[in-house]
Amino acid sequence: MSEMNDQEISATGHKPVLKKEMSRRQFLTYTLGGTGGFMAAMTVIPMLRFAVDPLLQPKEVGEWVKVVEVSKITNEPQEFTFSRLQIDGWYKSTPDFTAWISKDSKGNIFALSPTCKHLGCTVSWNNNKDLPNEYFCPCHGAHYTKDGKQLAVASAPLDEYEIKIDNDFVYLSGLKPNSKVKGA
Amino acid sequence: MLKNVYNWIDDRLDITPMWRDVADHEVPEHVNPAHHFSAFVYCFGGLTFFITVIQVLSGMFLTMYYAPDILNAYASVDYLQHKVAFGYIVRGMHHWGASLVIVMMFLHTLRVFFTGSYKNPREMNWVVGVLIFFVMLGLGLTGYLLPWDNKAYFATKVTMEIVSSAPLIGGYMKDFLQGGDIVGARTLTRFFALHVFFLPGVLLALLGAHFYMIRKQGISGPL
Repeated sequence: MSEMNDQEISATGHKPVLKKEMSRRQFLTYTLGGTGGFMAAMTVIPMLRFAVDPLLQPKEVGEWVKVVEVSKITNEPQEFTFSRLQIDGWYKSTPDFTAWISKDSKGNIFALSPTCKHLGCTVSWNNNKDLPNEYFCPCHGAHYTKDGKQLAVASAPLDEYEIKIDNDFVYLSGLKPNSKVKGA
Repeated sequence: MLKNVYNWIDDRLDITPMWRDVADHEVPEHVNPAHHFSAFVYCFGGLTFFITVIQVLSGMFLTMYYAPDILNAYASVDYLQHKVAFGYIVRGMHHWGASLVIVMMFLHTLRVFFTGSYKNPREMNWVVGVLIFFVMLGLGLTGYLLPWDNKAYFATKVTMEIVSSAPLIGGYMKDFLQGGDIVGARTLTRFFALHVFFLPGVLLALLGAHFYMIRKQGISGPL
């Protein structure tokens, strides 16, 4: 082997390249690849961050809306409408929201959202003769108990509104997962 | 005159072999309806492409009047449909073509399936075809929202519920597609961008691969 190396040196006038040294080709591949990759990343990263921005925005802080007097709430769910500020990108509006408010067996007031957890149709209370005292969805027949527990079709209980009682008035805010149903 | 222009360009750029290669190829007898009328089933792929071209052209013209903003989208569609000359024709082409392209693509898929044309060596072309199918569904889905009427809005709400039912990443995918917590202003601009730029770009690339492979491999033999 050493003889061959000597021959190579004498033939080319250069030392043979050791295996561990980086070849010129490899060096160029790495630098060009690295620079190219860097340039591609610098181009693409701002666009990706731009596209996923809504995912990374903090959820909007809930504003409390005065909905109804506590004295009007019964054990039977009743439908109440309230309008609440909604910020949708550059578009601000105060659309109407609907809540079904009632007292549970312990007398606690709670408010359910009528948006069906199956595919987002609108449920209402006692609107199907065959399913008395239940929330029923006319689209695909999902129905729920008074607490919002799903009995068919839907895979989750009805959402609840954030609620607070102040000066004998019920105030509502944004939606939260149902807290009445155990193991929901 | 035209021939002189052509020859002048051809002298310099030698364009004849290029278009010859694209256009000048024999149609085998078993796929030629002039020989066997039943061979019309081999036209479905070409018809799908023909309607796709109509979709691209009519869509390009629709964007001359369409405004992808929740306050103006419906009004702009209403305007281009009822006030602009031939508006109901151009939008009609895009509206009905959207359904027809799915029908033609389905028939084309059936033909490929029942003639066994997806088999070796054309498996990759089948896969690309399935990808085209998904992109077409995506185009249909995103285009459906753009008029911003009740049907569009609630269909998209249902779509978002379906997306969010995917395990683990469903919620993120929903927020990403919606561009926020609700189907709203940012959903419309997003769907517009997907419908007009992203998905057509992907579609053209896939169509290019689809056509390159069919020219490279040729049409499958007779049954």
